[in-house]
Amino acid sequence: MLLLAFDTATPAVTAAVHDGERVLAESYEVDARRHGELLLPTVAAVLRTAGVDKRDLTDIAVGVGPGPYTGLRVGLVTAAALGDALGLPVHGVCTLDAIAHQARTEGLDGPFAVATDARRKEVYWASYAADGARLSGPAVDRPAEIEPGERTVGAGALLYALPAASGPEHVSAGALADFAVRELAAGRALLPNAPLYLRRPDAQVPAGYKAVLPA
Amino acid sequence: MADEPLVLGIETSCDETGVGIVRGTTLLADAVASSVNDHARFGGVVPEIASRAHLEAMVPTIRRALDTAGVRASDLDGIAVTAGPGLAGALLVGVSAAKAYAWALDKPLYGVNHLASHICVDQLEHGRLPEPTMALLVSGGHSSLLLSSDITSDVRPLGATIDDAAGEAFDKVARVLGLGFPGGPVVDRMAREGDGKAIAFPRGLNNAGDPAYDFSFSGLKTAVARWVEARRRAGEPVPVADVAASFQEAVTDVLTRKAVRACKDNGVDHLMIGGGVAANSRLREMAQQRCDKAGIVLRVPRPGLCTDNGAMVAALGAEMVWRDRAPSSFDLSADSSLPVTETHVPGAEHGSVHAHAHEALK
Ligand SMILES: [Zn+2]
Repeated sequence: MLLLAFDTATPAVTAAVHDGERVLAESYEVDARRHGELLLPTVAAVLRTAGVDKRDLTDIAVGVGPGPYTGLRVGLVTAAALGDALGLPVHGVCTLDAIAHQARTEGLDGPFAVATDARRKEVYWASYAADGARLSGPAVDRPAEIEPGERTVGAGALLYALPAASGPEHVSAGALADFAVRELAAGRALLPNAPLYLRRPDAQVPAGYKAVLPA
Repeated sequence: MADEPLVLGIETSCDETGVGIVRGTTLLADAVASSVNDHARFGGVVPEIASRAHLEAMVPTIRRALDTAGVRASDLDGIAVTAGPGLAGALLVGVSAAKAYAWALDKPLYGVNHLASHICVDQLEHGRLPEPTMALLVSGGHSSLLLSSDITSDVRPLGATIDDAAGEAFDKVARVLGLGFPGGPVVDRMAREGDGKAIAFPRGLNNAGDPAYDFSFSGLKTAVARWVEARRRAGEPVPVADVAASFQEAVTDVLTRKAVRACKDNGVDHLMIGGGVAANSRLREMAQQRCDKAGIVLRVPRPGLCTDNGAMVAALGAEMVWRDRAPSSFDLSADSSLPVTETHVPGAEHGSVHAHAHEALK
């Protein structure tokens, strides 16, 4: 297996190549406003660093959010287009699952919740059991209205000082790739390449026609 | 003509996901997925709804265009995409997709200007553009008079609307009359039953001393609303067809008069009209009469090529390949306010540095 993974659902623009055993190369750059510019050059760079030809890839894994929409779509449409052009299957991964996997890999034990910044004073969040299984979420809520348990990770947890908040702040594609490889090896299906928006589009219906003559 | 460049073009600047494929100046496929019905109840294009629709439609629309054209992606000589102007989030979907295809297939990428594409599309209908060409672009997003001596490198703005776009005025008048969204086609249809001379609506920026090539439709729109409201208040029926026809007459009168004047002043004997409003039957008719009288050759693409589509982007991309213009680099950004003078977005540095960057990305 040669899997290309990337994620644009958090402020990080991150990509990695995984050979089924380990991460061969990884890139991670925090620049929330430049997902569009940075993603493709980042993908090209990690393949170069890994010494992998794009034609030899076997799979693509992409973070499907939740995350701010404009950046999120850059990753999803890139995955869909690369999958089509290179003839590769595209596996969706909940970005919060990848952050949880990374936190456990870095030594966090026990149950915890992952929360990222959803803007508008809300967090995207999900909670996980000690064995890593997702217990609830993903959901979008105000931080004061959630019960995240005793430990939390992610930029949203740090921003709103949720219980025992710690890093990792954003997702790294190496962890996302590793999560995808393990799930596939365990015979568990990943997600379709479709965004986890969690909110309806912002759209106001105009309050009818406004008169121009004074009342 | 097998040596003419085969180019795929992607357009996502507003609410149409368009993918076109052309060979030189020959149209092979023009696939469009529109989200217009999802916006209708909001009375205008909702950016987030448009962006979501682009993401869903992107790859299927590309597949459909390739199937229709009967070509393989590997046969393409380049991939062009609207880099701007337009809705930022919507543009970004197309730009990201174009980059991914270009990189995966080892094809040059051309980020091109939406307005220049609207002009260039006429090559698919009427052959190569004369140089120079005067262009009147009128749609829900733009109203401009542009002079181009080379569509890949030189587009000069002579004038533009100072307030509403012409298409916006159609939408607003349709709303005043309770005709729904989008307003262009329905106002055109109603106007056919009405008298364009029934009501003397004002012509914006039409006095001596006003900018010769700029437009203003805000005053006209308000005048129509006042007229209709006064009628309703007086308890009199509103002659919808006459209002539509008289409004449409005012818009087309100003547009065609200024366009013909721009041709005469600049010694240009060709006028092309593009953009969604170019589908308006009265505009086409009046422009033909006035151009005939002035000895100007009028070129208007068929309505399907006037509205936003991928074929126009492919047409300009093919011209970029044909004229050996520098491709864009893979850090190309979507620029919601890309100036019309920037016909395309070449990579940061041309020549050796560019070649190096291109090489490094393989
Ligand atoms: Zn347009």
